Amino acid sequence: MSADPGQFVLTLLQAVAMGLLTGMVYGLMALGLSVIFGVMRVVNFAHGEMMVVGMYLAWLAFDRLGLDPLVSLPAVAAALFVFGYVLQRTVINPFIGLPEHMQFMLLLAVAILLVNACLAIFGPDTHGVQVDYMFDSFNVGPLVLDAVRVYAALVALLIAGLLWLFFTRTRSGKAIRAAADNHVGALVVGLDVKRLYALTFGVGAACVGAAGALMLLIVQVHPFLAIDYTLLAFVIVIVGGLGSMSGALAGGLLIGVSEAVAGVLLQPSLKSVFSFGLLILVLLLRPQGLLARRS
Amino acid sequence: MSESLWQRLTGDVPRRALLALGGLLLLLLAAPFLLRLAPAGDYWLSLLILVVYFSYIGQAWNIMMGFAGQLSLGHALYLGLGGYVAAALYVNLGIGPWLGVFIAVAAAMLAGGLIGFLGFRFSLAGVYFALLTIAFAEFTRILFDHFTWVGGSGGLFLKVEADGSAFNLQGSPLLFYYVILALAAGAFVLCRFLLTSRLGHYWLAVREDPEAAQAAGIAVLRTKMLAVLISAGLTAVGGVWSAFYYKSLFPEAAFAMGRSIEVTLAPIIGGLGTLFGPILGSALLVGLGDLFTTLAEILANDYGVKAAGLKQIGYGIALLLIVMFRRDGVWPWLARRLGFERRPADDAGEGRP
Repeated sequence: MSADPGQFVLTLLQAVAMGLLTGMVYGLMALGLSVIFGVMRVVNFAHGEMMVVGMYLAWLAFDRLGLDPLVSLPAVAAALFVFGYVLQRTVINPFIGLPEHMQFMLLLAVAILLVNACLAIFGPDTHGVQVDYMFDSFNVGPLVLDAVRVYAALVALLIAGLLWLFFTRTRSGKAIRAAADNHVGALVVGLDVKRLYALTFGVGAACVGAAGALMLLIVQVHPFLAIDYTLLAFVIVIVGGLGSMSGALAGGLLIGVSEAVAGVLLQPSLKSVFSFGLLILVLLLRPQGLLARRS
Repeated sequence: MSESLWQRLTGDVPRRALLALGGLLLLLLAAPFLLRLAPAGDYWLSLLILVVYFSYIGQAWNIMMGFAGQLSLGHALYLGLGGYVAAALYVNLGIGPWLGVFIAVAAAMLAGGLIGFLGFRFSLAGVYFALLTIAFAEFTRILFDHFTWVGGSGGLFLKVEADGSAFNLQGSPLLFYYVILALAAGAFVLCRFLLTSRLGHYWLAVREDPEAAQAAGIAVLRTKMLAVLISAGLTAVGGVWSAFYYKSLFPEAAFAMGRSIEVTLAPIIGGLGTLFGPILGSALLVGLGDLFTTLAEILANDYGVKAAGLKQIGYGIALLLIVMFRRDGVWPWLARRLGFERRPADDAGEGRP
């Protein structure tokens, strides 16, 4: 550890800045989980697996077509939207409102299928993308910010903004919120709740797919990342408040920063101690805040 | 006394179900000798050991989720803790597993008690409680990675000793088979006993409606605590067995999220809250796992189709189909088919209505 306190503070600030940028992408990933839970009360245990599918699709677009993940992102998100829509319609819909352990087992089976399909197709090796700005950086005061992280964070923020517009300004978005607030009421006024649920799952899947494409700029993909991302998404939405959109983004930033700072203060292998410690504290100390969101 | 206990355990069970149970027990007792006659008998015995092991820990997990309705997705914590405590005591201090198991159980019950108390005190339920259990298991995994007394991330190994015997839980698969069979049979009887006890009825009341249970005067916190304590303690015994059977422990595997999930599969697939669910579920899952391993080998050898993950894809499809078409598990459906339904006079038994 450096003896110079000024240098140490700078290192810490640098870590915080990096953590905030990565945290935006985490936030987008968690947003998908939160949207799905907030509307359908279904806990998507295959979330990290869907993230990894998004990463692989973006890698495929890069490897075969030479497309930058930022360019292929809309297509990746669209593919996951279709996947989520169809999955909800065919497999998940009958399980809405059933006990949590049944949903857990169902989505666990989906998760096993997804992660092993990735393993069978792409193998266990890691794959990454090499974009021509991968070594660029921006100097902000004394801080040096990686260009890839800055772009990823900005795009994540943009998508979160679009999602907010969708939920507040469009008919479908408002209808989804109505169905989330009052299921029976939505049925009474003649909303097609089944279609809305499928739409929601599609939107949630598109979010996590987009987050996957962005994440591929920062890390390399391999199938076994999936379970870590599932856990991470859970930690983030619980810390931020399950079912709350702004909570998911805030939670993402918080976890991103805590991981980065833990990486500086502790050994890198201890970095998730902070996140899990935070999760335990939030679960225990602010349960009323968390439970207040449950219907 | 013993007669009334027998009455209490078997009172409302149809005779044919009792006979089938006795037959199954005899079959399992004789299985190692019957398998010796079959080709690749050792391999079949190793599969059977897995079936019995998963049915045992499934039974232990079922107490928490199936009986008391508390979803734990962190049971690897109790398995890992149990295994590590007994193995570390043996390797580092020379304390044998038959004594060590008590300390291992105490450690796991302490951990379970802590998690249960923290969670239940705040009425954490469902997925929130499940996440708390995951978080503690992950936390412990990371701590053990850095805990050098038990080998850290490099792992802890039990040597094969020349003077190994049943006294230090070393020996052939046959020894491990009968030990785990005794545990599974014991857990089965214990669970049946608990279900017919006052506590068992409290558990079902809490599972079905905690608020109504509270209103009826049941000490909900205490009732849930007893479930987590018993479940954690029993699971830890399975952890000790598994540590000495496999002879190596790594934090990455011992406390893995995947291991916690493995624990939950058999009882959910078999039938949550039922006594036969964990047994049937583990037989199905181990059987399916082996089937898809064989199929993947055939594909690779005879058709040249080689890919990692094929076996798990088959397994995943099977799991998906079972969950979609047998939501309550396979056992309740099979029990109806076999005429093992409870006598109609009794309606306070196991199983979801």
